[in-house]
Amino acid sequence: MRSPDGGPEVPAEVFLAVRDLAKSFGRLGLFRGVSFELSPGEALVVTGRNGSGKSTLVRILCGLLRPTRGSIEYRVGERLVPGRDVKRLVGLVSPDLVLYEELTLLENLRFFARVRGLRRSDMELQTLLTQVGLESEGARRAGTLSTGMRQRLRFAHALLHEPPVLLLDEPTANLDDAGVAMARACMARQRSRGILVVATNNREELELGDQILRLGG
Amino acid sequence: MAEAGAVFLKDLQQELRNRYALNAMALFAITTLVVVGFAVGSQALPASVVAALLWVVLLFTAVASLSRVFLREEETGTALALRLAVEPEHVYLGKLLFNVVLLGAMALVVAPLFLAVMQARVGNPGLLALVLLLGCIGLAAASTIVAAIIARAAARGALFGGLAFPLLLPVLIAATGGTTRALEGAPLGAAWAELRLLLSFGVVMITASLLLFEHVWNE
Amino acid sequence: MERIGLSTGWRIVCGAWMAGVIAAAFIGVGPAAGFREPEAARILFFHVPVAWLAVLGFLGATFHAVRYLRRRNPAADIRAVASAEMGFLFCVLATLSGALFARVQWGAAWNWDPRQTSIVALLLVYAAYFTLRSAVAEPERRAALSAVYAIVATLPMLFLVFILPRVVESLHPADTVRSGGMSPDYRVVFFAALGAFTLLYLWIYRLRVAVGELERVACRHSMK
Repeated sequence: MRSPDGGPEVPAEVFLAVRDLAKSFGRLGLFRGVSFELSPGEALVVTGRNGSGKSTLVRILCGLLRPTRGSIEYRVGERLVPGRDVKRLVGLVSPDLVLYEELTLLENLRFFARVRGLRRSDMELQTLLTQVGLESEGARRAGTLSTGMRQRLRFAHALLHEPPVLLLDEPTANLDDAGVAMARACMARQRSRGILVVATNNREELELGDQILRLGG
Repeated sequence: MAEAGAVFLKDLQQELRNRYALNAMALFAITTLVVVGFAVGSQALPASVVAALLWVVLLFTAVASLSRVFLREEETGTALALRLAVEPEHVYLGKLLFNVVLLGAMALVVAPLFLAVMQARVGNPGLLALVLLLGCIGLAAASTIVAAIIARAAARGALFGGLAFPLLLPVLIAATGGTTRALEGAPLGAAWAELRLLLSFGVVMITASLLLFEHVWNE
Repeated sequence: MERIGLSTGWRIVCGAWMAGVIAAAFIGVGPAAGFREPEAARILFFHVPVAWLAVLGFLGATFHAVRYLRRRNPAADIRAVASAEMGFLFCVLATLSGALFARVQWGAAWNWDPRQTSIVALLLVYAAYFTLRSAVAEPERRAALSAVYAIVATLPMLFLVFILPRVVESLHPADTVRSGGMSPDYRVVFFAALGAFTLLYLWIYRLRVAVGELERVACRHSMK
């Protein structure tokens, strides 16, 4: 992870500990008793039938949703990361994630880099687009992309700030074989440098995890 | 602060590319001008009435368009990405700036047109400009936080006017008073109470909104 | 059996006190000089306290709103709504009694008097508050959004109720109570009325809070 002013690499040893997590919406209970721990280099696969709460769990891990019970702790070294700052550590790929249709891909990435306080040159953004297979689409408006390309763009957006924690919700949905290869490459790269969490029902992806969490059991 | 600027520029870029709000506001303003013009005809109206009508037009223009800034993010689904990337204060400041600029630009066009249609004489243009500026800031400040609130509720657009109007009454009262003085040609000092009120309203509303915004924005 | 609201003793006090105030208002004091319809001046024993409590209800809602946002404590939200409902009720009473008085004293039920306008504006704020609450399904979000609205509405409300009538010419007599424009016997009944209505306010408020707490417990039980 680079330091905020775009300087040299700063090792980010982020640890995640989840204890007895439960979530319910009003009277509808989704899941309970979820616990796991992840260290850098480890991957968790979350699986379960539709509606079992996979996406909700991912949202909670992003710091966007509060759990009904239980705790989530992100630690950098010994320091506990406060709730506000969790989103800086986390990159998300999710079907709900939509980028700005009227802006081009490069404009979108430029915007998200700027609001995160990152200094990224256009060349670096172009490299990122190449990494996800969108190298010639930089000047296209995001609204004109196909579903497969949108998914690739989501990866570019998630990796923009080189997050220590990558959360993927249905990562290979809508991707062709080349796209799936790209996704697998990203996952492998993430595992070598940080934490990976994948929510999926895809049997092949189940093999990727050091730990497997089944919801709705 | 640069982050807030980025949010502002992003919204500006979006608006310039599809112009929904600008079009809606322009259409609304022109239509209202024509209607009022017809209704009034060639009567000479007292300054207080002209002032009141002007601010009614601006108020309705504000209510017609200032909620877009948050509604669009929620409706298109881009709010998720924004929540993940930006601190709440920067979101608020960026959106506030956008609304101020949007409303201010509208006022810059509508006010002279309106006064021309009314055949009103402007005694103190400097004072009028100042009242318009502070009034628009006040309208935008209250409207922005209300827009943020209703974007997270169900009925959304329908709620905006009802929730915003009571909060905007003080701006309306002070701005109308100040505009009346300006039209009558009174010196700056005569509208001191109104100007002071508009300024303090804006400051307090923005400060309170900054402090409260994260409770609206975060889940 | 546990009594909610007020204890039996206080209920008797409230009832007797209110009865006394009503009696005093109509029989105990004579007609007031300086009013267009001197007999009708008695309405101020009811109108002014009720208007005061309408404002108090709003301030209470704001107070509990701040408490809710600090700790996300559901009990604070219950009290915020209860205060708002009480304030709304008294606001309606204030508007109606005010219009009645205006008709008699000033000739028309509505005069665009700043105080009249401000009490109606307050009514609109209450209406907006409840409309907002009804538009949000999830309890925590409902509580948070309405809390923010209540706090944001405080400045405009304070301005309209307290500052505006002093700045703009008003038909309402200003500061009659403090400046001593009231005769001694009127003053006694007035403050007694203020006390009686406040007690009544508290009684109904506590009942409402108790109902809210019971609802919350029932909700939790049905979830288990």
